[in-house]
Amino acid sequence: MLMLELTDFSVRYGAVEAVRGLSLEVAEGEAITLIGPNGAGKSSTLKGILGLERSKGVVRYRGQELKKRTPEALAELGLVLVPEKRELFSSMEVEDNLLLGAFTRFRRGEKGLKEDLERVYTLFPRLRERRRQLAGTMSGGEQQMLAIGRALMAKPKLLLLDEPSLGLAPLIVAEIFRILGGLKSQGVTILVVEQNARMALRLADRGYVLEAGELVMQGQASELLHDPRVIESYLGIRAREEMR
Amino acid sequence: MDWTIVSFLAADAVQSGTIYALLALSLVLVFAVTRVILVPLGELLVFAPLTYVFFLPSGVSGLELHGQIPGTAWLSSFLLLVWAVLDRANPSRVARLVVLALLVLGLAWVGARGVAPWLGWILAVLVVLPIGPASYRLFFQPAQNASVLTYLIIAVGLHFAYQGLGLVFFGPEQYRLPPILSGQTNLGMVPINNQAFLVYGFALLTMLGLYLFFTRSLYGKALRACAVNRYGARLLGISPAQAGYVAFGIATLIVTVSGMLLAPLISPAYFQGFLFGLKGFVAGILGGLVSYPLAVLGALAVGGFEQWAGYVSSPFKDALVFALLLPVLLWRSLRSHEIGEEE
Repeated sequence: MLMLELTDFSVRYGAVEAVRGLSLEVAEGEAITLIGPNGAGKSSTLKGILGLERSKGVVRYRGQELKKRTPEALAELGLVLVPEKRELFSSMEVEDNLLLGAFTRFRRGEKGLKEDLERVYTLFPRLRERRRQLAGTMSGGEQQMLAIGRALMAKPKLLLLDEPSLGLAPLIVAEIFRILGGLKSQGVTILVVEQNARMALRLADRGYVLEAGELVMQGQASELLHDPRVIESYLGIRAREEMR
Repeated sequence: MDWTIVSFLAADAVQSGTIYALLALSLVLVFAVTRVILVPLGELLVFAPLTYVFFLPSGVSGLELHGQIPGTAWLSSFLLLVWAVLDRANPSRVARLVVLALLVLGLAWVGARGVAPWLGWILAVLVVLPIGPASYRLFFQPAQNASVLTYLIIAVGLHFAYQGLGLVFFGPEQYRLPPILSGQTNLGMVPINNQAFLVYGFALLTMLGLYLFFTRSLYGKALRACAVNRYGARLLGISPAQAGYVAFGIATLIVTVSGMLLAPLISPAYFQGFLFGLKGFVAGILGGLVSYPLAVLGALAVGGFEQWAGYVSSPFKDALVFALLLPVLLWRSLRSHEIGEEE
């Protein structure tokens, strides 16, 4: 089943069209990445999907066309975003942040929140150590783990991630992507937007390349990883840096 | 000033300070969740006991009302119906709102025909309660993401509207209401009205209740989450609009019950709410409108300062209390940047 399907999708910021005519598919269990340089319209795509920016075109989620979209309604449907700036409840405890991730499930009276909390703590032992600490007092990497853990507490059917590597040290980035890989193998459907194309393509099954608001390439992640144009534009500099 | 005077002033300070504390808590709650400085809370505080007057047997109230339905019931019901029109896209909600509007009128009708005082007491609270959340839907919700200043302007406008309606509904006079507990108890040499203990009890209960709600219940935590990070909350399916209804609802409940308990001590009239609201606001400002404990301490400070000012120069009592704002605002603006305009 297709989890998410964008057809001829465009996003506007005032007079500027940040994304033009994008078509994209995410099937159940897949990990998809949307890569491209800064300002290519990757984050705008996510904001458009969530209804935070004005958009045109068709958004289908699990076969249903969604016309009026708000983040809270989509969260209720199991589509959860881990935002670029994490947007944690910084003056609240780590554990409260996690529990609030399951708010819609709690309201529906679902069982098993305790077990899921345990599962997140097993995934991120660091969070268990710091469960009573205020979220805002943790390091950037820990905050990113909390943001992901919080989203997982919602048991998302589709997990959207906006630049999970942003501002993090390489070792932490590697750990975050290792965990995302683990989630993928557990069957969580993932759409990740990244500037760190190498990490994202290693994780993903398929990738889309966005440039100046337009789709310029798409294909199997393993192929994109070896595509000369992708290497030239997105992997080259990093590759050279790594050689040093 | 000798000890007798000090202890009498202290007793009065605690009484008014407690009411300011209840108002300040409600103001902080509403502000934290919605960024609205809800000036008309003071009006809601007097609306409840004034409505109660209509539900009292004429032998108690001394008035011949002939089963007249109080204007607050019409207002409450009208606001609910407008809410239903605004939310016409959602049929089940429209149905609930219409039923609620009719229920409010029905309860007011029953109350006005004469009921036992305790039942009338509860009915008065129930009739006034919907005005809070409905005001949020009608007047603040349409101005989504407005600045704190815009919200304040709306709130001040609403205060004038509700105060004017209060005059229309209840006239300019003060009403005497029967206390739940009559008589006085002497603490040392200071006599304290037994009714005042109910106010203290309710204040303690409110503080304990809010504390437990915000630290133990996931709903309370969700409300806090909305206050801390609206966008983050929305991404998790916590709707700030719903949080707004809940915040307005809780604040209105606290304030109406406070008003009901306080009424026998102050003989309420339509114009009294504003001063209570404003002093509650001063108290809240002492805590930066973000801290509940500081708001309570601020309220007690305002109560004490007010009694002292009244003793020193009774015509300038209120002016001195509001003058308290200046050093506090200066001090706060120098040391904090907590209340930003950003999300």
